[in-house]
Amino acid sequence: MTSEPRTTPPRRSRDDPAWVRFTLIFLAFAVLGVLIVVPVVNVFVGALSEGLAVYWHSLVGDPDTRHAITLTLTVVPIALAANVVFGVSAAWAISRFRFPGRTLFIALIDLPFAVSPVVAGLMFVLIFGLQGYFGKFLRSDGYAIMPYVVAFVLVLIGLFAYFTMRPTNPRARTGVWRHPPWVAFLAAAGLFAVLVVAQQALHVWPQGKNLKIIFATPGLVLATAFVTFPFVARELIPVMESIGPDEELAALSLGASGWQMFWHVTVPNVKWGLVYGIILCNARAMGEFGAVYVVSGHIAGLTDTMPLRIEKLFQEYNLPASFAVASLLTLLAIVTLVVKSRLERHLPTSNAPRP
Amino acid sequence: MASVSRGVLPGLSLTLGLSVFYLGALVLFPIAACFFKAGTLSWDEFAAAVWTERARAAYALTFGASFIAAFVNLFIGGIIAWVLVRYTFPGRRLLDSLVDLPLALPTAVAGLVYASLYVKTGWLGRFLVPLGFEGAYTRSAVVLVLVFVGLPFVVRTVQPVLENLDAETEEASASLGGTRWQTFRHVILPTLYPALTTGFALSFARAIGEYGSVVFVSGNMPYKTEIAPILIVARLEEFAYAEATAIAVVLLVASLSMLVLINLLERRSRRHDV
Repeated sequence: MTSEPRTTPPRRSRDDPAWVRFTLIFLAFAVLGVLIVVPVVNVFVGALSEGLAVYWHSLVGDPDTRHAITLTLTVVPIALAANVVFGVSAAWAISRFRFPGRTLFIALIDLPFAVSPVVAGLMFVLIFGLQGYFGKFLRSDGYAIMPYVVAFVLVLIGLFAYFTMRPTNPRARTGVWRHPPWVAFLAAAGLFAVLVVAQQALHVWPQGKNLKIIFATPGLVLATAFVTFPFVARELIPVMESIGPDEELAALSLGASGWQMFWHVTVPNVKWGLVYGIILCNARAMGEFGAVYVVSGHIAGLTDTMPLRIEKLFQEYNLPASFAVASLLTLLAIVTLVVKSRLERHLPTSNAPRP
Repeated sequence: MASVSRGVLPGLSLTLGLSVFYLGALVLFPIAACFFKAGTLSWDEFAAAVWTERARAAYALTFGASFIAAFVNLFIGGIIAWVLVRYTFPGRRLLDSLVDLPLALPTAVAGLVYASLYVKTGWLGRFLVPLGFEGAYTRSAVVLVLVFVGLPFVVRTVQPVLENLDAETEEASASLGGTRWQTFRHVILPTLYPALTTGFALSFARAIGEYGSVVFVSGNMPYKTEIAPILIVARLEEFAYAEATAIAVVLLVASLSMLVLINLLERRSRRHDV
């Protein structure tokens, strides 16, 4: 975002009078000082106000806080992984192809930014909560959907593997690669059915048991994934577009398979954009409060994530402990900003931030 | 950015299929469920849920505070963008990265620290409370945190436009005898209007959905310092799902219209500055 240092000194007619310059610079420092620097310093001072021992104890000694940290470190990677897979495949489809509805698709990616986090959480409660659309089913025999979910994910991975390993040159295809695509889809459908039936026959999943999504970890993952959904795709699309498909086409013409092209050409080219998207997504996911608040039911030691733990400690007037947890998240924010400003040198100008 | 014909690069159907499925399942289906649930209410029930006195007070505070905060951001964000682009001074890079902090700092942390800064014993409250500015557990507190969360949006939309501003029109204005203020007012400012409007809209859109920071600083008193997302949570905690959904739909419609508006604004300003 920063402009390069000017090679020629700015011309006089564009200079503001010195007093205007000083006033505005002073104002900028004052505003950012009061709005941003003072609060950040206050977090650390508040956390360490009773000494290092208390700080350490309130992070490690409190089992509920410890659990909150573990839970955040469980939920965030899952949501992040899902959004990275989505982001990469959406960016590939959008930046490399023209298809009807492409503009609409790009606009829809931004949708979660427009939805208030609380409303996002509410949506999942409406679907999976006790009174929700699937509530009754999940409560009586929720695990019955697991065979389908597992089979779907496995078949999807299989399909991706098949089509990306397949030689791109039709004449080089031998053996299993020789069949037209519909055979692969048919095989996938068959595999799906077999996997589902096998899991049901072997009773892999408990029967007649309540599958908790709301007020449990799956709900936290869903809410976090929803809120951080756009980050990776949004950062990757401009990077992929600016690089263009030439090197990928060259790799293909030299006989690379889809996977080889992706892994050896696309990923190294877009890695900074990918890292950039991931760290932004990660920062937001770790700190997400509203959506998670609604779906978690805030049960200490069970469904409290770090931001929820901050709130609970604040409600209990345990300010030093609350600030101690907050200091960890503030450190994360500072690291994110440092990495971000380093990465911006490697990237084309990215788009404006979104709420 | 060459457009590529279908046959050459692999993976369109798989990647598009997967991403559309994921978008549908994670985003579109829940939003549809929310509207569908609200649709099960009769019109009278819906009106009764969204138009109570308490809800009206919450909307007034949500939209009012968001508007004031976005308006404040327009000025301070504009000044910060101007300073960052036009002047060189020690600490400029630092100032530039600080602007992004509200995007990276969890809202709960912002709420916690703002709540303790502006109380009577806080670092800033001990000077401001005697002066009559109560920056915690009041409506001003809500505006204050919304200014914090919305600040980067104005700066980051105005900054690139300022950087790409054409120097010659400014010089022409100066050589024709315009004062610096006249040049700013009549030459520079009009070219910034689209970016300023977009920044304002982004900041406003972010503010109307904000929950995490406000819940700490506002005190959440019904009719006084309760914003609409807090009211939704309050209704949920009473297990009044239908009412919560009705208010959520109002909020959702407002923020979706903001999204459409922002996209239109961005498209227009892009057409103008190329």
